Amino acid sequence: MGRFHRHDDGTAHDHENDHDHEHDQHHDHEHNGTHDEHLGDHSGYQTGRERIDVLERIFDENDRTAAANRADLLRHEVCAINLMSSPGAGKTTLLRETLRRLTDSIRVGVIEGDIETSLDADQLTGLGAEITLVNTGNGFGGECHLDAPMVRSALPRLPLADLDLVLIENVGNLVCPAEFDVGQNARAMIYAITEGEEKPLKYPVMFRSVDIVAINKLDLLPHLDFDLELFRANLRKINPTVTTVELSARTGQGVDAWCDWLRSQLAQSRQPAASAH
Amino acid sequence: MLTGATYEGADVHELSICGSIAEIVTRRASGRPVDTIHVRVGQLRQVVPETLVYCWNIACTDTPLDGSRLELEEIAARIKCRTCDAVSDLGAHPIMLCDTCDGADVEVISGLEFIITALELAEV
Repeated sequence: MGRFHRHDDGTAHDHENDHDHEHDQHHDHEHNGTHDEHLGDHSGYQTGRERIDVLERIFDENDRTAAANRADLLRHEVCAINLMSSPGAGKTTLLRETLRRLTDSIRVGVIEGDIETSLDADQLTGLGAEITLVNTGNGFGGECHLDAPMVRSALPRLPLADLDLVLIENVGNLVCPAEFDVGQNARAMIYAITEGEEKPLKYPVMFRSVDIVAINKLDLLPHLDFDLELFRANLRKINPTVTTVELSARTGQGVDAWCDWLRSQLAQSRQPAASAH
Repeated sequence: MLTGATYEGADVHELSICGSIAEIVTRRASGRPVDTIHVRVGQLRQVVPETLVYCWNIACTDTPLDGSRLELEEIAARIKCRTCDAVSDLGAHPIMLCDTCDGADVEVISGLEFIITALELAEV
């Protein structure tokens, strides 16, 4: 189990389990025994500098907060869906059409993290949902995604005890949101056919992370050189088991099927052995 | 505090990731000066190594970690087929199909790492 690594002087070699730390300073190894995974690589660094083994996952804090979100949602029997997409894929329009169809029978909350203008939020008011905004600009690093602490800050502003479903509108971006668990029950991608067939191959991590792809703007199909079968084949290469639903948020075609999927997620989250992920 | 930072015109999460790294490093270093931070990053992580290093320098400016260096160890992505047990290396475009039997029932066995492995303290 050697590991190839590079030293400051530009040399590189492979260590074969050499645990001969050659520190001449006092040792201060802070082995953290709480990690369940075997991450140990104690390659000796042949420098005079003191080395501290760390072995901490960089997303630990986010993931702990996501777990806290998940526990709060579970306690209130609320199902949360993380909605992700490119900018301009039609998330807000689909969200509006979704609220029109669901709020008669399901109590819905919206965490709105993707606000281009106040028009986006205005489109969602008056449709019977509780809406709270997340200012992603306050985070360290800005506006490319929602992370678990941002969602944590938004949850107390929603009356969770009086809700069934929370839709989290993530920032329009196909890279960053895939990395951050926010405590959702399921992840959905809104994809517009104007984005081209190659998108799953270009953003495999995002397309692999989602449970459903809503293929939006289907009303434009006659006007585009878009090959739906090629897109489906590309998607299957990245995520063989993903659910898809074809729709047009503009005409309403297929939106009922999307709403049925949301209802099924809610029902699933309330089964006794619901396995949140 | 830096907000809404952009790099080459694109929003980047590398800067917020640097915030998380800085928090862990600061805690573990307990005030001792840090020279090098060793980070293991899997190929399937949405992290651009050059961007992460660039953002680290921004994030550390005028903090006790100013002048410290990120040393990245990149880990190739590999999948294991649940049908035939074959292990496949993923290339630049990770296609999640077994190289041997073309099966789609695969698990990622490496490439998702994102860990601070060690710190080297500066000599004082």
